[in-house]
Amino acid sequence: MLGLIATGFLASAMAPVLYKRYKENFGWIAVSFPLYMFFSFLSRYPRIAAGESLRESLPWVPSLGINFSFLLDGLSLTFALIITLVGAAVFLYAGAYMKGYKDAGKFYLSIGVFMTSMLGLVLADNMLLLFVFWELTSFSSYLLIGFNHHKESSRKSALQALLVTGGGGLALLAGILLLGSVTGTYEISSFYDMNRVITAHSLYPAIVALLLLGAFTKSAQFPFHFWLPNAMEAPTPVSAYLHSATMVKAGVYLIARLNHEIGGTPLWQDTVLVTGAVTMLFTATLAFRQTDLKKLLAYSTLAVLGTLVMLLGIGSELAIKAFFIYLIAHSLYKGTLFLVAGTIDHETGTRDIGKLGGLRKAMPVTAAAAALASFSMMGVIPLIGFIGKETVYKAILELDRWGLPLITAAVLANACVVMVTLLVGFRPFWGKAGETPKQAHEAPLKMLLGPALLAVLGLLIGLFPDFFISAMLEQSARSILSEELSLKIALWHGVNLVLILSFVTLLLGGLLYTLRPATLRHSFFSALPALIKPSSWYESALKGMLSFARLQTKTLQNGYLRNYSMVIVLAVLLSSSFALYKGYGKMPPVPDASITFYEAALGFIIIAATILLTTSTSRLKSVVSLGVLGFSIGIIFVIYGAPDVALTTFAIETLNVILFMLVLYRLPKFFNHSSSSNRIRDAVIAGSVGVFMTLVVLFSTSFELSSELKDYFASASLLEGKGRNVVNVILVDFRALDTLGEITVLAIAAIGVMTILKTGREGRA
Amino acid sequence: MHSVILATASRYLLALILMFSVFMLLRGHNEPGGGFVGGLVAAAAYALYFLANGLDAARLIFRFEPLRTSALGLFLALLSTLPSLVTGQPFMTAIWVDTGIAPIGKVGTPLLFDLGIYLLVLGITLTIIFSLAEEDGLS
Repeated sequence: MLGLIATGFLASAMAPVLYKRYKENFGWIAVSFPLYMFFSFLSRYPRIAAGESLRESLPWVPSLGINFSFLLDGLSLTFALIITLVGAAVFLYAGAYMKGYKDAGKFYLSIGVFMTSMLGLVLADNMLLLFVFWELTSFSSYLLIGFNHHKESSRKSALQALLVTGGGGLALLAGILLLGSVTGTYEISSFYDMNRVITAHSLYPAIVALLLLGAFTKSAQFPFHFWLPNAMEAPTPVSAYLHSATMVKAGVYLIARLNHEIGGTPLWQDTVLVTGAVTMLFTATLAFRQTDLKKLLAYSTLAVLGTLVMLLGIGSELAIKAFFIYLIAHSLYKGTLFLVAGTIDHETGTRDIGKLGGLRKAMPVTAAAAALASFSMMGVIPLIGFIGKETVYKAILELDRWGLPLITAAVLANACVVMVTLLVGFRPFWGKAGETPKQAHEAPLKMLLGPALLAVLGLLIGLFPDFFISAMLEQSARSILSEELSLKIALWHGVNLVLILSFVTLLLGGLLYTLRPATLRHSFFSALPALIKPSSWYESALKGMLSFARLQTKTLQNGYLRNYSMVIVLAVLLSSSFALYKGYGKMPPVPDASITFYEAALGFIIIAATILLTTSTSRLKSVVSLGVLGFSIGIIFVIYGAPDVALTTFAIETLNVILFMLVLYRLPKFFNHSSSSNRIRDAVIAGSVGVFMTLVVLFSTSFELSSELKDYFASASLLEGKGRNVVNVILVDFRALDTLGEITVLAIAAIGVMTILKTGREGRA
Repeated sequence: MHSVILATASRYLLALILMFSVFMLLRGHNEPGGGFVGGLVAAAAYALYFLANGLDAARLIFRFEPLRTSALGLFLALLSTLPSLVTGQPFMTAIWVDTGIAPIGKVGTPLLFDLGIYLLVLGITLTIIFSLAEEDGLS
């Protein structure tokens, strides 16, 4: 599996080059990559179905417990097959859809990286490895949403998705670290049986909160759902793939994956259940007002994600079964419908449902695929969506508490989904032909194969569920529940309550569809969704952060050099003088030292230079006395045996004087800017710093420091560092990493200086 | 301000000081010196040349874009950290090779690292001096 992942990243890196070479036909080449992966996972299907789970591990950072370890069991296989199959459809489709885009090569690079990371995410057995892939999917999603980066709305939506999912990712990382500290390992299969230990631990509520925060943001659960409809700015293949079939299910996957290890408690189950149910109902009603094909689909995706989370919250055997059927069904029909929406957009130039109609004559194949997928989405017999919805209802009815409110919510939400389906899957194709910007034609083969394949598969699985998914379903459910199960799925159960509910859902959906135009005109309904609007919370949080940054910049970094140095010096003074004050009583007397003639003379020169420097009204004099000051200090280093420091000081002082000379002529005529009160303030600050530093030096030299380090460096310098100059050996060998960091900073500073000088000149010119 | 004496002297001084700076760089491991001081001294040599002959002449004799020189320095410093990875030792472990030739002695990755610092400091200082000089119109 490690090989597959590595191949994936390599193939993605090659995509832009290959695209340039093959252009038109690249879709056919690109599709081989997900197809290859699909079949290599399919070839492992029999072993998984027989109850095996495959594990591979390669150490990465073993000292931190991070390994390239992968686990293929029922759960990860289901996701891997969905990812690669929908991936194949999307890759082929994009070959035609992205033809008009300039950067289509980059598109394939990003989406290839996404697919590989998503596979890595569902296969990872190490929590930290999972996190790495998790972040990679957020990152590639950011690139893909912002693909049309010349549009401001694209950039904004991309950033919003990144901030929401990235923020959740941070919470997830914290949760993973806590979990690791409780279990002592990051390997999921190692803490598989530690449910008791984890749930009894005092950190358990924190772990649950953090992990769920990560999962909910990724899977766009209320109140984080708002980023998903905005993500529709992405090219349609991306919406079909990332924001419907795969990435948004990563959070759902995480909850399912960890259900056995940390679930089973009221805290976990109820939080998941309630969040899912609220998301399902709330987002389904939001779909009501949409008129854009993709937005409609996005809100119905949200409702499905809510349903999936809710099912995990119910957590019964039947609910888990419903979870998997619904998951597979949704990926198939929603993948199809998104691609169909893209085709309509591509062929007619609009996605507004008000303008579309009667397309079935021009686009018969697309219309057929759409109809098939729509039936599945509405839950019409004999498609897989029907089995999915039946099982969901059955799982809810089985509950002994909250049964009635939940089933009402589920029926209402599904009725909204039915309405969306009628709007997206049928309305554009039937009725009167609409006024569209472009004359519609049937899409090219590349854009037909994918959607048709997914739609037909939805029908086949519905007709022969035993053949296609039974074995996988059983193993998948076992990964979550760890009990021996015997799941039977069938298309027809006879006439019972569940079937009646299915009919009610369809009728209600049809009713909503017919009532929609009338209610939309009514102001009450149009004002309703604005009451609860988490996206405005996001906006104000963002705004608050920016204005805080502005305030902080204005006070601390106002552009005056004198202000910067004052802030720095004061910060040091205030933060350290307390420690100095506390140790004052213990301060030993100043050691007697005989002062030589040289030292006295140097001291005199330094003091004289300082006085001249601060009182002079000529800049030239100040610069020269600054030089005198620097050289005198250099001589002190010579006297006290620090030749390296002295050398550097001399060189720096020399260059300093040159630099000053360069700017001196440019400065305006000398003028005393500071008021006398300012000067007194500065004198007080400078004086205190002087006193402070003197005390620090006296204080620190009067202690006998344990000289382990000194001895170590003195002896190791020649033996290990092969040099007699201890200072230099420390710089280039023992502490070379520090030096590397410092010189990097220096290089950046030089670029900064150059930029400031150059831009300044252009501005003035 | 153009002094013929300084302009003439600076040509010889440049070579002398540059040699001195390399000397500083190489002796750094055993005696006071090293890449940082060496780089500063070399920069001072070009600064002197610039003061005597003007910016264009100084740019001409330095030949390279100073910022590129510092980039090269940073690259060399990074490069010196890599051999340890090949031999499987912890990142940045110094590796020494005894050439056996008397005046050269042992050669190791820290020398490359120090050379990187030398070039970087030289490049940065000249970047700043040249940019300021351009700003000044002193050419």
